[in-house]
Amino acid sequence: MSIQLTVFSEIEKIAAQHHKKLAPLSGDTVLMDSGLDSLCFAVLVARLEDQLGVDPFSTSEEVSFPVTLGDFVRVYENAAK
Amino acid sequence: MAFTGLLKGSSFGRRLGDFQGRSVLVAPRDQLTAALAMIELDGIARRLVICPSDVPPDHLRAIVATAEVDAIVSDCGTPDPEALGIPLHIRCSTALAAQDEFPAASRRTEWVLLTSGTTGVPKLVAHDVASLTAPIKAGAGAPVWGTFYDIRRYGGLQIFFRAVVGGGSLILSSAGEPVAEHLARLAARGVTHLSGTPSHWWRVLMGQAAQAIAPRYVRLSGEIAGQAVLDNLRAAYPRAGLGHAYATTEAGVGFEVDDGLEGFPAHFVAAGDGDVDIRVEDGSLRLRSARTASGYVGTGAPALLDQNGFVDTGDMVERRGARYYFVGRKDGIINVGGLKVHPEEVEAVINRHAGVQGSLVKARKSPITGAIVVADVVLKESPDGRDAGPLTAAMEREIIDICRRDLAPYKVPAAIRFVPALPMSAAGKLLRHG
Repeated sequence: MSIQLTVFSEIEKIAAQHHKKLAPLSGDTVLMDSGLDSLCFAVLVARLEDQLGVDPFSTSEEVSFPVTLGDFVRVYENAAK
Repeated sequence: MAFTGLLKGSSFGRRLGDFQGRSVLVAPRDQLTAALAMIELDGIARRLVICPSDVPPDHLRAIVATAEVDAIVSDCGTPDPEALGIPLHIRCSTALAAQDEFPAASRRTEWVLLTSGTTGVPKLVAHDVASLTAPIKAGAGAPVWGTFYDIRRYGGLQIFFRAVVGGGSLILSSAGEPVAEHLARLAARGVTHLSGTPSHWWRVLMGQAAQAIAPRYVRLSGEIAGQAVLDNLRAAYPRAGLGHAYATTEAGVGFEVDDGLEGFPAHFVAAGDGDVDIRVEDGSLRLRSARTASGYVGTGAPALLDQNGFVDTGDMVERRGARYYFVGRKDGIINVGGLKVHPEEVEAVINRHAGVQGSLVKARKSPITGAIVVADVVLKESPDGRDAGPLTAAMEREIIDICRRDLAPYKVPAAIRFVPALPMSAAGKLLRHG
């Protein structure tokens, strides 16, 4: 599964478990308006660490939290290289 | 063996006097030998450091330095006195050598016990025979005590003193002995009173040999006893008295509860136990009595007693109606974006799933909320074969569903890992990293 698909799929699972109404997901979706709260993001980052083997927000001090979903996926794609 | 043998003999082969005024590391591998050494050295050494046999070498070095140890008692080659820089080394044996004259035993010897339950260097807790025997009331009859503990930790030492002071006898535990064999040995000796942690007792209940013994009194201490273990023990031993004692190495024995319910009656606070003053402050349980340790050993060690002489046990309690319940360790609290989670509460919910044998909840660092809750889970039966993947995934979903149903969202584990076993200390407690 591509990183983008993994990220989107986990977001959908988490939204369902947390009973959050998700905005339509695309690269331009602004994370703050996606429907997920900070707890959901914390869970997402933990799950992605287990699935992809990396938590780019903890390993690099340079990374500021991404604005859009596309930026978010790119952070993981860069970390996987 | 009968301790009255020590009236006419010594385990030190005439070298008992060499220990006058010294700080002694009591380190025989064998518990009975250690017991003889402790009895003989009290009043002669200035300090006894009671050392269980599972202490790792680098912890030993730190302990020897902090306690200013200048003598060691052992029954074999380890630990190595030279490696530890200890000048005096005397062998101790259960084969008593006859002796007519004994050095005067006039000192108030400090008994130093090690804390247990975390994985860091143990703290050194200073007691003496007065504080250690304060909880013990001489009773009628000659009980035959058994214990799962090592007598070199506070819980086991209490049972040792009960047998020695109370006129009964004690069947020692044996490191690494399978539960079924231990129970058979206890049964053969006619055990009447048996003490262990909830983890020890779960191992008995889950094995096949629980009915090998017929104790008159079942005792739990060392970990918080939940309702499940109490109910299961009541069902397994319906004719036995059932009591759980709250005690810590620092605070000593606080109180005992024998109504078969978890937690303790609210009237214990303020009324106390007679001998023990009990308070709850900022949600944590505080105790003051003649049974508490006098302090920690070592320069720079934290103060043990507050200005009123109370020990903060670090156990958080919550009052519901006429009862207090234990909700978790203060130092185990997980902070999820400012909201507090007790791992014990989440474990209790996970353990409600019928397929779960046990769980250990921990914090994982989160760049977003500071920490997040994760769980290691042991299943009663691990799925294997081709269906293992989907079955485990289904278990995980069911466990999360139970957590969602019974817990606020920030307490629900973000990730679950299935493990074959949970770490347990030699003292019989679930090991949390502390």
